[in-house]
Amino acid sequence: MESSLVLRVVAKLLIPFILLFALYVQFHGDFGPGGGFQAGTIFAAGIVFYALVFGLDNARRIVPDRLVEAMLALGVLIYAGVGVAGLLLGGNYLDYFVLAADPVHGQHRGIFWVEAGVAVTVSGVMLKIFYMFAGRGRHDGDAA
Amino acid sequence: MSLAAHLPALQVVLPLLSAPLAVLLRHGGLAFAIVTAGAWSAFAAAIALWLQVGETGAISYHIGNWPPPWGIEYRVDRLASFILLLVAGTAAVVLPYSRASIAREIPRELHYLYYAMFGLCLAGLLGIVVTGDAFNIFVFLEISSLSTYVMIALGRDRRALAASYRYLIMGTIGATFFVIGIGFLYLMTGTLNLVDLAERMRSVESSRPVLAALAFITVGVSLKLALFPLHQWLPNAYTYAPSAVTAFLAATATKVSVYVLIRFWYSVFGETLIFHRLPLPQILLLLSLAAMFAASFTAIFQDNLKRLFAYSSVGQIGYITLGMSFDSVSGLTAAVVHLFNHGITKAAIFLLIGGLVVGLAKPDAHRDAPAGSRDAVPPAPTFDRLAGLAQRMPLTCFGIVVAGLSLIGVPGTAGFVGKWYLILAAMEKGQFWIVGAILLSSLLAVAYVWRFVEVAYFRSPPAGCARCEPPPGLLIPAWLLVGATVWFGLDTSVTLGTALDVARQLVKVGA
Repeated sequence: MESSLVLRVVAKLLIPFILLFALYVQFHGDFGPGGGFQAGTIFAAGIVFYALVFGLDNARRIVPDRLVEAMLALGVLIYAGVGVAGLLLGGNYLDYFVLAADPVHGQHRGIFWVEAGVAVTVSGVMLKIFYMFAGRGRHDGDAA
Repeated sequence: MSLAAHLPALQVVLPLLSAPLAVLLRHGGLAFAIVTAGAWSAFAAAIALWLQVGETGAISYHIGNWPPPWGIEYRVDRLASFILLLVAGTAAVVLPYSRASIAREIPRELHYLYYAMFGLCLAGLLGIVVTGDAFNIFVFLEISSLSTYVMIALGRDRRALAASYRYLIMGTIGATFFVIGIGFLYLMTGTLNLVDLAERMRSVESSRPVLAALAFITVGVSLKLALFPLHQWLPNAYTYAPSAVTAFLAATATKVSVYVLIRFWYSVFGETLIFHRLPLPQILLLLSLAAMFAASFTAIFQDNLKRLFAYSSVGQIGYITLGMSFDSVSGLTAAVVHLFNHGITKAAIFLLIGGLVVGLAKPDAHRDAPAGSRDAVPPAPTFDRLAGLAQRMPLTCFGIVVAGLSLIGVPGTAGFVGKWYLILAAMEKGQFWIVGAILLSSLLAVAYVWRFVEVAYFRSPPAGCARCEPPPGLLIPAWLLVGATVWFGLDTSVTLGTALDVARQLVKVGA
């Protein structure tokens, strides 16, 4: 599979757009369908696609295991951190109203960071699962 | 910001934060420090909440400043604060024990993940208790359950994987049933807030979806609390999990599920529906009696000490549910107080058994063990290895005996208080045969505790065995809990006082 020229060229063309689309879904989550969960999955799918075409080792070089594991934890920390920020600014836990002078703006800011945390953890989990299955030494392709 | 006002949120958030931090640090020692700090601060928060609730009554906390019933409400009442004490307290004792215990049971590179899972499990269990939102209970149930499956699978014995998988299947069925029940309730009432749910329930009480919801929730939670005959996952999970995990789960996981059942039966569905219009108390009575006899009887014939006490747990849960089935103040008091007392008793026993296994694994402790076999599977605490153990590990054995007396229900130990109130409740109802049943099943407990005493104290140890008491890092936390079982047997003001308050608040219809 690694020798297929068409696949490699198409992959190189598509992967930037897949990652871009993930960002679109992420930031459009405020106004329409989308959000951190979907964006994180799409982002991870882009990396998984890369791993399928260029091999697991190359993918692991770009997104190393340690980074993936850090992402798992970091996303949860960002989410919980938004809650703690609400506490520190004098509101209740996960209170977005106090995050900005204007409460509506505060709501936007709060959900923005929460969704960012979700995206980081979800893409981390997806990649971790993929790496663990693919790394077992059997056929890598089926795990996607 | 005043700290006291945010205690209900901090109660869950502090252990929750410690888990991802432990993963980020990637170091066993640091992860231990941070998760232990999280658990201890959670314990401090639980004590503060318990005092606060005792003074001012139930505390309501609005997550995100959205008022209930729209937003998620955290609600701590007398019962919740009592369970918080049990869960956070056990975690605060078991975590320091873990440090010395898992070094021998779990590969070093997995230590930080163990602590992360412990932190998540603790946060989940505390969350179930604190939250006043039905769907939130499900979310926390899943957080605690998933981390539990991982922790059980970390056991050294390969059978731990099968045990964990079995628990995963059963636990997932339980959680699914629970969420289906919540779905039905939401369908009928349009709310997820427990207080609001209880109010709106009155108008749709006897509709079919509500009855279906009751059935799903009861069966789902019964799976998680290991009510006989839904306990099949428990013995293997307890036997093959790492010692510290067994102790923590035995004291908390099933107990928190009992809490959920009490909450739904008394606070949401209401006593009239549960106890007077449906045959639930009769069913629960039968199942409880079956647990008390069948599980305790099975326990007598177990060859593995850990497994013996796992079966005993199923039997003891029978006492707790028996108390619930009476629908009386003394019955519910018995259930709540026994839930707490049995929790600490069982935690003490499993911590001691963990130390016992470590002691047995010492190279000079047993002739069969090859020297330097730290990587080998630690020997299972089967009875043939325990002969004359009291001479080799006097403190450990004495601890198990004291906690065993509490399981039997000897006056002066914690286990007595719950049984005494159970007997009172049965006499109030005029059902003297239940009194007889309680006493008879206590005799079964005498039998299985005696089995240990006989082997450990009256058989001569194999020749050439030195004294091999487990290290103080294992003994001190375990003995702290043994001390607690005696303390709460003598001074019942905290446990019994709270349980009586709880029962008087919750039981409105029954006498």
